[in-house]
Amino acid sequence: MNIHEYQGKQVFRKFGVVTPRGEPAMSVDEAVAAARKLGGNVWVVKAQIHAGGRGKGGGVKVAKSIDEVRDLAKKILGMTLVTHQTGPQGRVVKRLLIEEGASIAKEYYLAVVVDRVLQRAVMMASSEGGVNIEEVAEKTPQLIHKVAIDPFKGLQDADADELARKIGIPANLIAQARELFKGIYRVFDEMDCSLCEVNPLITTNDGRVVALDAKLNFDSNALFRHPDVVELRDLEEEDPAEVEASKYDLNYIQLDGDIGCLVNGAGLAMATMDTIKLFGGNPANFLDVGGGATTEKVTEAFKIMLRNPKLKAILVNIFGGIMKCDVIASGVVAAAKQVGLKVPLVVRLEGTNVDLGKKILAESGLPIISGNDMGDAAQKVVAAAKGKQ
Amino acid sequence: MSILIDKDTKVVTQGITGKTGQFHTKMGLEYANGKNCYVAGVNPKKPGEKFEGIPIFATVKEAKAETGANVSVIYVPPPFAAAAIDEAVDADLDLVICITEGIPVRDMIRTKAKMKGRRTLLLGPNCPGTITPGELKIGIMPGHIHRPGRIGIVSRSGTLTYEAVGQVTALGLGQSSAVGIGGDPVNGLKHIDVLKMFNDDPATEAVIMIGEIGGSDEETAAEWVKKNMKKPVVGFIAGLTAPPGKRMGHAGAIISGGKGTAQEKLSVMEACGIKVTRNPAEMGKLLKSVL
Repeated sequence: MNIHEYQGKQVFRKFGVVTPRGEPAMSVDEAVAAARKLGGNVWVVKAQIHAGGRGKGGGVKVAKSIDEVRDLAKKILGMTLVTHQTGPQGRVVKRLLIEEGASIAKEYYLAVVVDRVLQRAVMMASSEGGVNIEEVAEKTPQLIHKVAIDPFKGLQDADADELARKIGIPANLIAQARELFKGIYRVFDEMDCSLCEVNPLITTNDGRVVALDAKLNFDSNALFRHPDVVELRDLEEEDPAEVEASKYDLNYIQLDGDIGCLVNGAGLAMATMDTIKLFGGNPANFLDVGGGATTEKVTEAFKIMLRNPKLKAILVNIFGGIMKCDVIASGVVAAAKQVGLKVPLVVRLEGTNVDLGKKILAESGLPIISGNDMGDAAQKVVAAAKGKQ
Repeated sequence: MSILIDKDTKVVTQGITGKTGQFHTKMGLEYANGKNCYVAGVNPKKPGEKFEGIPIFATVKEAKAETGANVSVIYVPPPFAAAAIDEAVDADLDLVICITEGIPVRDMIRTKAKMKGRRTLLLGPNCPGTITPGELKIGIMPGHIHRPGRIGIVSRSGTLTYEAVGQVTALGLGQSSAVGIGGDPVNGLKHIDVLKMFNDDPATEAVIMIGEIGGSDEETAAEWVKKNMKKPVVGFIAGLTAPPGKRMGHAGAIISGGKGTAQEKLSVMEACGIKVTRNPAEMGKLLKSVL
C-alpha cells in the first residue's frame, strides 16, 4: 500500500526525521491559507499523486509570493500529470503539499529496502540524489553504498556514520545524518514498510540535514497491526477495478489487452497470461481467485472483468486441487447466467472432480468453449477474441 | 528414495485445530503412509485432546519428546505463524514446512536471523508443501494427481506445480518428490537448495524447475546447475507478460528497478544449459525430450 508524500512526512516527523514544514491542501484557498500559516517568502507547491517523477512532469513549482502560490495551485490542482511512473494516461492531481522553501547545498539519495539475497533490511545511500536512482544503479553502481541491518540491533551508529561519510556528507553534519538515518530505519522497521525512500535527502546552506521527499510503501500483509496506516489509504489513487476486487479478496490487476483471465493461483495466473500472449493474444487482466473461490467470488470476478469495455473474450483456467472443479464449474455457470455473458468464454478444467465439472458446463446450455489443456485453451480464446471461433 | 520426506517421516501439525489444519491433516492421513506418519498436533490451549486419533500437545518440544516427530507443518494464521516457525526451530526439528500465506516480511526477517546456525530447514512460507508420491504428502496439494517416479519438481508457485505434476503423470512418468518453495521474498529453501538435494538423490533422474518474476534466485540456481548438476534440468518462468512495479499475487512476484524479469531469468537459465519453454502446457513434453 502506498501513501502520499505529505502523509509520509507526517510519519517521518513522528520518528524525529527532519523534514521541511508543510501543510496539505485540497483546494486553492487551502493552499493560500497554508502558505500564510507557514510564513516566510518562498514556498514550494507540490502535486500529491502516488507516482515519482513529479518534478520533471511539471508538478513541483517554487512560488515567491502568496499570489504566485495561488496561481500555481490553480494550475496544478486538476492537471493531468504524466511521469515515467504514471503511464501515458497520467494521473489527475487532487491534493497539494505547500511547503516552506529550502536552500539546498547538495542532494543525496537514501532508502531502506528488503534485500532478498541477504534476507535482511538494507539501507542504501548515494551522493547522486534527486535523480532517477535506477539510472544511477545502471550506469554508476559504485556510487551506491549499502549496509545490511541486523533486525535485533537496528542501524548501528558506526554503520550510519560510515554510510554518511561514503556519500560525502560534510564532517560537521555527520551527527545529524546519523540521527536521520536511524530514524528512517526505525520508520521502515516499526511501520512494516516494504520501501522507505528519501529522494532527495539534502544538506542546506544553513547546515541542516533534511528529508526533502518521502516515499513509503507498506507491507500489505502487516496492515492488520497498523490501523493508522490503513486510514491513510487514498482509493482515488488506485485502479477502481482493483479496489473493487480487493473487497472480495480477489487478486486483480488491470492490464491493457482484451482477453480476461480467471485463474486459481498466482503462478498459474501469470503463466496463463503468458500463454495467451504466446499465441498472439493480449491479456486484459491478472486475476487469481485463490484456493477458496466460492460462487459469489467467481460471480464478482466476472462482473469486474466485464466492466472493461475492451474485453472481447474470457479464459477460465483452473487446476483444481483442494478447489474442486465441480464447484468452480457451478460458479462459472451461475456467474455467466447472472451477468448475461456477451463475450465468448473458454474454460479449461483439470484436477479434482474434473469430469463432474465438465458435465456441469456441458449441461448448462451456455455456449462455453472447452479447452483440453492450457495451450489449447489459450489458442481457442485468442481465436475467439479475434472473432474466428 | 526421495528428498526431504519419506514414509518414515514423523509429522507434527502446528495449528491442527483450525479449519485449514484439520482439513489438510485429514487429507495427509488418508494419503499413502499418512496414518503412520502424522503422529502429533500442537495447540497450547488443548493439550491432551485428540484429532482423528492424533494426540495434541501444548508445545512442539513435548510433541517431539513424546512421539519422535522430526518434521512440522504449520497452518497457524499469519500474525502468529513466524512464532510457530521459531518454536519448531527451537525444538531442533529436521524440517519446518510453513503453508501459511500472508506473514509480514518484518516477522520473517527476524525468524530467518534467529535460524542462523540452527540445524532446522525451513520450506515456505506461503507454499503448497512437499510430497513424496506413494509415501507421504505434507501440505495442500491434491494427492491423486501424483504418481511415484523419477522426476523431481521444484517451484515457487502452487498450482503451477500441480500443472507440471499433472503433465508428468499424464506422460506415464512420475515424481520422486515435488517441492513448493513458496512465493514470499524472505523464505527458507531456495531453488538452489532443492536442486542440490535432487542432484544427490539416486531416485531422481531429471528435474523440472519452475520460477517466476522477482528476485534472482532462479539465476543463482542456474549458475549452480551449470557447474554442478549431473542430471538434466528443464525450466519455465511465469510472468513474461507481467508489468513492472506490480505485485502479481505473490508477495515476492514483482519486477522492481528493472530487475527480476522473466526474460532475464530465462536467458540466464538457457546460458547455463537448462532447456526452457515459454509454453507452460509443454513442461512435461520438454522434460521427456531430455531423458
